[in-house]
Amino acid sequence: MKLPFEQVVAVHGDTVLRVCRVVVGFDDAEDAWAETFLSALRAYPDLPEDANVQAWLVTIAHRKAIDITRLRRRQGGSIDDLPERPSRLGVPGSTDYDLWDAVSALPLKQRQAVAYHYLAGMPYAEIAGLIGGTPEAARKAASDGIKSLRGTLASPSIKET
Amino acid sequence: MFASIDDPDGSSLLNRTQGSPEDLAHLHRRLALAAQQEGLLDIAYRTLETPVGVLLLAATEKGLLRVAYEREDHEAVLAGLAEKISPRILRAPARLDRVAFELDQYFARSRTAFDLPLDFSLAHGFRRDVQQYLPAIPYGQTQSYAQVAEHVGNPQAMRAVGTACATNALPIIVPCHRVIRADGMPGGYVGGPEAKAFLLELEAA
Repeated sequence: MKLPFEQVVAVHGDTVLRVCRVVVGFDDAEDAWAETFLSALRAYPDLPEDANVQAWLVTIAHRKAIDITRLRRRQGGSIDDLPERPSRLGVPGSTDYDLWDAVSALPLKQRQAVAYHYLAGMPYAEIAGLIGGTPEAARKAASDGIKSLRGTLASPSIKET
Repeated sequence: MFASIDDPDGSSLLNRTQGSPEDLAHLHRRLALAAQQEGLLDIAYRTLETPVGVLLLAATEKGLLRVAYEREDHEAVLAGLAEKISPRILRAPARLDRVAFELDQYFARSRTAFDLPLDFSLAHGFRRDVQQYLPAIPYGQTQSYAQVAEHVGNPQAMRAVGTACATNALPIIVPCHRVIRADGMPGGYVGGPEAKAFLLELEAA
């Protein structure tokens, strides 16, 4: 039996937001999230009942992130260079700038592998299916990425106000 | 699910990337608005506090589809709508503003009839005929199951009238509470006997 879409948003909204923030950066994450869920809502009636809903949403988010990446590239600039710091407008007191700075310094593949594995719990074989390459390369990208974040993750989060 | 839950870096990353409730509420509103604009919001719903408890209100583009009492279990009601009508369901109060406004007026005794588009998709056949007839029973008055059966052209169908009232998807708005037993006893009600007594008293005052 298929649940009301409201429950899909309630259960997976947070995970998809984390994934979007890590993959496209803090500033573009809300656009990526909104496009992901709108596209999911459109396709939802046709989703097989036994589908893994979270993996399905992450796959859509992955494609929406690529669209946003291409758009940004056309506007000049590469997704490998995310803006140094997320915009502080409209995010009072709750933004972990140290972490987002460290995440934005990672290459795209590592951000994707870290997000899909550590935040969405996806197996490496499925991650390789999304980002290309072998499962072993996906594992290495995730592990290199998390290693680069280790210093930041080990220090306590300082939230600016 | 989370293969990395024992990994301290992974769990620290999970803790520190969590979206705030405000972020998620803002994104939800944005999604509901976009879904409405794109014609993808098949069913919008909200809840409303009333003297007969918290009501669930759900509407399609055509009109009000469902009013549910708490005792019907709102989550189960929404799951049923996902199954019978469409799973494209979001909490999106805007479509229900007019309904909530008219219900507030009704409970404040400043409204005696509802002027709302209704979607009878959940009812079929004879039950639907009965439910579409019920708004013709005037505010503050009652009819017996037998009288209703007669009005819809099937005087033998008292029991079926009872079933039609019991399965009314739009209680209060479609006033099945105005149908009572021939001996003057209130009879059953989807919202429970207290709710039926409350509504009849409200309208009699």
